[in-house]
Amino acid sequence: MALLKLTINNRAYDTDVEGDTPLLWVLRDNLGLVGTKYGCGIAQCGACTVHLDGKAVRSCVLPVSAVGKAKVTTIEGLSEKGDHPVQKAWDEVDVAQCGYCQAGQIMTAAALLKEKPKPTDEEIVSGMSGNICRCGTYHRIREAVKVAASKPN
Amino acid sequence: MKIAAAAGGGLFLGFNWSNSTALPVVVDAKKIAAGSITFNSYLSIGTDNIITIVSPNPEIGQGIKTAFPMVVAEELDADWKQVKTVQGNLDTGIFERQVTGGSGAVPHSWERLRKAGATARHLLIEAAAAGWKVPVAECTTENGKVLHKGSGKSLSYGELAEAASKLTAPKEVKLKSEKDFKLIGQSVRNVDNNNIATGKPLFGLDVYREGMLFAVIQRPKAFGLKLKSVNAEAAKAMPGIVDVVTFDNSVAVVGKSTWQVKKAKDVLKIEYEKAADLESSEDHNRIFKQLLDNGEATVRRKDGDVEAAFKNAAKVIKSEYQCPFLPHSPLEPMNFFAHVREDGVELVGPTQTPERARTEVAKLLGMAPEKVTVEITRQGGGFGRRLAADFVLEAANVSRLVKAPVKVIWTREDDMTGGIYRPAVRYRFEAALDKSGELIGYKLRGVGMNSGNSTREDNFPSGAVDNLLIDSVEHKSPITTGPWRAPITNFLAYAEQSFLDEVAEAAGKDPVEFRLALLEKAKKSPAGEIKYDIDRMIAVIKLAAEKSNWGKKKGVYQGFSVYFSHRSYVAQVGEVVITKGKPSLKNIIAAVDCGIVINKSGSLQQVRGGVVDGLGHAMFGNMTFKEGAPDQNNFNGFRLIRMNEIPEVDVHFVDNGISPTGLGEPALPPAGGAVANAFYKATKQRLRNQPFINEDAFKGIS
Repeated sequence: MALLKLTINNRAYDTDVEGDTPLLWVLRDNLGLVGTKYGCGIAQCGACTVHLDGKAVRSCVLPVSAVGKAKVTTIEGLSEKGDHPVQKAWDEVDVAQCGYCQAGQIMTAAALLKEKPKPTDEEIVSGMSGNICRCGTYHRIREAVKVAASKPN
Repeated sequence: MKIAAAAGGGLFLGFNWSNSTALPVVVDAKKIAAGSITFNSYLSIGTDNIITIVSPNPEIGQGIKTAFPMVVAEELDADWKQVKTVQGNLDTGIFERQVTGGSGAVPHSWERLRKAGATARHLLIEAAAAGWKVPVAECTTENGKVLHKGSGKSLSYGELAEAASKLTAPKEVKLKSEKDFKLIGQSVRNVDNNNIATGKPLFGLDVYREGMLFAVIQRPKAFGLKLKSVNAEAAKAMPGIVDVVTFDNSVAVVGKSTWQVKKAKDVLKIEYEKAADLESSEDHNRIFKQLLDNGEATVRRKDGDVEAAFKNAAKVIKSEYQCPFLPHSPLEPMNFFAHVREDGVELVGPTQTPERARTEVAKLLGMAPEKVTVEITRQGGGFGRRLAADFVLEAANVSRLVKAPVKVIWTREDDMTGGIYRPAVRYRFEAALDKSGELIGYKLRGVGMNSGNSTREDNFPSGAVDNLLIDSVEHKSPITTGPWRAPITNFLAYAEQSFLDEVAEAAGKDPVEFRLALLEKAKKSPAGEIKYDIDRMIAVIKLAAEKSNWGKKKGVYQGFSVYFSHRSYVAQVGEVVITKGKPSLKNIIAAVDCGIVINKSGSLQQVRGGVVDGLGHAMFGNMTFKEGAPDQNNFNGFRLIRMNEIPEVDVHFVDNGISPTGLGEPALPPAGGAVANAFYKATKQRLRNQPFINEDAFKGIS
């Protein structure tokens, strides 16, 4: 076990876990931040996507000891009031079916738009194809990313 | 009517949805206020005008938690902005069919929901009319208010709730005319959108309780093995591990966190022994062929004299189609929370069949079912996998053995290799044509694995062919199987619609005209019993043909498919174009008759999602076995469709005013056929096996 200091959603956390524990499970089991989802555990589905210093990473394969001083943002901290343009677009387009993958989709989309505020259709598709939606809401995910990109951040 | 005062001063009108006369039920306001609902289905109206509607059926992504309350709110003339929806828990005393499966929730509850809303509306009007001393007939309702035009008076439902709740509910209540629907048919957003987009704890895996332990389970690594011995010494010595317990053929590692139990599971030393045949996919291929030729078949339907028809045929077409096993792969893997105590059991989690979960756990523990409560969480997909209760029983078993509240978690690998798959099937179709190209004989034999009847003997083209024989053979496999979204038809529809395309071509007829002629024939001179609605099927065929501009698009290769399943009718046209010498699927046009569409937005997505699911699994889905063990165990080996692989999907609904007939599954079955038939048009190569990607015709294309 190792005592670790983490900065998550602009808040300091202390946690006592084994260093090889993936960030995903520290968030969920130790810190009560359950918005980040487990889907595959091998970085194939994207349900566990969080931001590390603003970049999208797969928290299921990121050992917590490797986080260091990097700032972690989870779906709970993407915006204070749930009003990030991507979150709003997800509601406007009515994307979710079961909803399980959508936190990861939203985090991937938010990171994509941060890097490319006005992505082309191809950039949206290539940027989002790492995330699986088993319900098949891909058409609406694509549309919602466009809607979010069309609005001032 | 019983009244219960809420903490905030609200009043509740309770209705028993399972009863067509909408009898009042007692509701406990304190529990509602505390957010801990352990009772029944109800409709409540607070003095603050907030209307709370409970949705009793499990929400797995089919949109029931939005659609059910819409139906109640419609008949109530409620202001949707003031409606709150709540997921109900298991309560067999007041709910019927608290199940998500068979696309049956809306057809089952449609009238019950409408009556619940209409009865409350009736009482609110009566209360207003009595207060104003005007005839009931002069009062109308709109947006959560009762209005009296003559005097210009109006009162909100919140203001009327107390008086209304003292009145006796009528036995019969008049429902709205469909043409007066204001909310039904509109696009209403998923009621959980905000919770989903902000990461609120909604799902089974999000359940955490004080003192709760985590468990992962090692099940036999191959179907046909049983547990011989366990050495858990190393696992028990790992950090955070509380215990390792064994039940049936399972070894559960129980501890303080998911990661700790997962790591400890990897160091278990377990020996297994053979309990049944260890089957490989090559064995299945051999078994299929043997049973097609020599199996003992059960006749499912026989019309006319099929042998004579084939003997006299001018042309005979014969083809075989095969599909592999498939895991369901809901993105939230199996999991469940159980707390087994001396005096009862608390179950919480994702299940499509909460009553089954309770019954099986009660039986396991020798307890009365009333002592088992089931709280239903939102579910990260189901696709039929959560109809089973194996994972609930596991949670109960572990909690019983360690005497603590436990959440059992399946890793993705557990979820994919843990069984209860869509079974592999092989079909042999034979068609006899006379000299003029009329279909005079039809034979179908299905060989399934644990699937019982692998055919749907009464579906089209049954009834349209005078001489017909449909039978099935079954192989009992140790590999466990179960319903997978649109059971049987998820593959049968593709095989049949693809085969009919072959027959139409052999008969020299257009695939759409060929199907329409068969349906007209079935209407004029039916062969045997007809158990589908011919006119509804014709209507979706014509709508799909019209919307796709069938046969008239230059440079576009179109394939047709139509299927009736779960009471609804869906026709699809797949469109393939050739880009740089390679075929590429651009579009699927779907014409859907599911009766009245309740939520336009949800229904549109349900069809698109069904098409993407059907297409994705037809294209890529492949689970194979070696000596009883699955070859694929995660999404790196088992391929799911992704955003860069989807075509456009255009959806058109038939507007016929028929009461809703179900939409969770019917859009999936026709997808594979529409794609395969379009692919054939473009390449002259038939796709007869799934996954398409492994077919020779596909090699070098994708």
